Amino acid sequence: MKHLKRNSAGEDFLCVFAPSREIFLFFRKGAEALRRPESFNFAAILVLLFLVSGFAACEREERGFRVKTPDADRINSKQLSTLQPGAPLPASPPVVNEYEGNAYALSEGKRLFEYMNCSGCHAHGGGGMGPPLMDDKWVYGGEPEKIFATIVEGRPNGMPSFRGKLPDYQIWQLAAYVRSLSGQVPKDAAPSRDDNMQYKKPENSKEKEKMNDASVPKSAEMPQ
Amino acid sequence: MKVKKLKQVAPVEDKSNFLSALIRVGSRTEKALSAGAWRLIAFAAVIISGGCGGAQSALDAAGVQASRLENLWWIFFSVTATVYVIVMAVLLAALARRRRGDENTAPDLAPDERRETRIGNTVKAAVAVTTVILFALMIVSFRTGRAIQTLSGSPQPLQIKVTGHQWWWEIEYQDAVPSNNVTTANELHLPAGRPVKLVLQSNDVIHSFWLPNLHGKKDLIPNYPTAFYFQAEKTGTFWGQCAEYCGYQHAKMRFMVTVEAPEDFDAWISAQRQTSAAPATDAQKRGQQIFLTGTCTQCHTVQGTIAGGRVGPNLTHVASRPYIGAGSLPKTREHLQNWITDPQKIKPGIRMPMSNYAPEDLQDLVEYLESLK
Repeated sequence: MKHLKRNSAGEDFLCVFAPSREIFLFFRKGAEALRRPESFNFAAILVLLFLVSGFAACEREERGFRVKTPDADRINSKQLSTLQPGAPLPASPPVVNEYEGNAYALSEGKRLFEYMNCSGCHAHGGGGMGPPLMDDKWVYGGEPEKIFATIVEGRPNGMPSFRGKLPDYQIWQLAAYVRSLSGQVPKDAAPSRDDNMQYKKPENSKEKEKMNDASVPKSAEMPQ
Repeated sequence: MKVKKLKQVAPVEDKSNFLSALIRVGSRTEKALSAGAWRLIAFAAVIISGGCGGAQSALDAAGVQASRLENLWWIFFSVTATVYVIVMAVLLAALARRRRGDENTAPDLAPDERRETRIGNTVKAAVAVTTVILFALMIVSFRTGRAIQTLSGSPQPLQIKVTGHQWWWEIEYQDAVPSNNVTTANELHLPAGRPVKLVLQSNDVIHSFWLPNLHGKKDLIPNYPTAFYFQAEKTGTFWGQCAEYCGYQHAKMRFMVTVEAPEDFDAWISAQRQTSAAPATDAQKRGQQIFLTGTCTQCHTVQGTIAGGRVGPNLTHVASRPYIGAGSLPKTREHLQNWITDPQKIKPGIRMPMSNYAPEDLQDLVEYLESLK
């Protein structure tokens, strides 16, 4: 591409690649604008905004290496008997497990799920000897405090009690992870792909299951 | 054609001349270098040469492979240092040469045929020499690599499986008889003069096994075991280190290596094959009770007890190891207590949780751990 162009002094000159000149002029215009103080301020604000938005990405969440556990006194397990003296108790307010919004705690829960051999019976959430954890049925309740109670107390016919065997905060991490298996935790915090071979959808793409109460299996019924 | 003017003797030095400036700075430096400065330079030289020896240095080879690598290093170093010195000398000579004419005459740009040919030949010769040197170094390097490879084919190597964890090393001495397997952590004992085969793998992320006194680096890759052979010759204590950034506590992922005479090694490994020592004193018995009923068993193994966790290091003979926390701290009673109470203070981010033992419980627990010789 060769063009004859006329410059500001009125001389003709050969322009080898015209668009490049247009681009050059555009940038020169921009550079000149930057030299004017009022547009310089604008540019400075823009740069500052960029920097601030960059720094905002620095701290996504707290990594709880030395954590205060969620309130462990308020665990309440599912009522296993319908017999109750006096008037029934009012429902207690739900416990919020803050770990459910914390990606680090959830991935620690995922590690613990393997380390503590939960997979031995629950098979990565799909269920085996133990009930599946990725479906909508909850025998002993699917609320955070109920899962905490199940892990601490154990359940008849197989589920061992981890009382005194794990620190509370790790049990809360496990409870958070267990809920992520059925899509109950925020998608941006839930663990993504596994390191090893994929055997199920990653937790962060699991659709949220509705929580339903399942009846206690006959084999797990308490002697009445 | 060239009009040579007699240059007037300038009362001040010519500031435009880079070389004279350089010389001025040089002479000033010489004057300024008092005895103290010379001492400083000598100190720096000692610090730099400190890298040439020691328990974690490739320039203090203690094995067959490492000495080959050390030789290669010295060949590369001497060749490249010589080239560097020559290039710098030529550069200084070029700076020192005056241009034809002086600052009052226009530069003489007339081509000089003889000169051009000479410069051309010099460049050609330099390129040829560079190519020859590079090829020579490449051949030396290949030959060393091949020599190291052929050293691997030794019969009956001592086989050790090394598993990288965030952030510690699990070490398993493998034996044809499974009950003779020994699992330990963060320490390698090696017999001098016997080939060793390391099977490397990782439990989480990519780590790199680096034991500079005995061999080069080798990566530990999850789900992809790699093997690595070497032979130690010189007895002594060396340090290894993870050489691939693997997370928060990468720097505190070290291991200690003891190369010892074959009979010392045999004594060590047969001691390691024993199950843990039974607690003798009352304090040790109480400590064991605390250990077995608490959270410890979830992650740690002590052979001969019900503790069989495989998440953390095997503690069967923890008291025989000189360090805790993958080389973080010397194993003293105080460090053990601090470690158990708040490991997150010493190595933030590790898997081990904090615990909240009463002081007398903690003391008995440490008493028990100290008895696991």
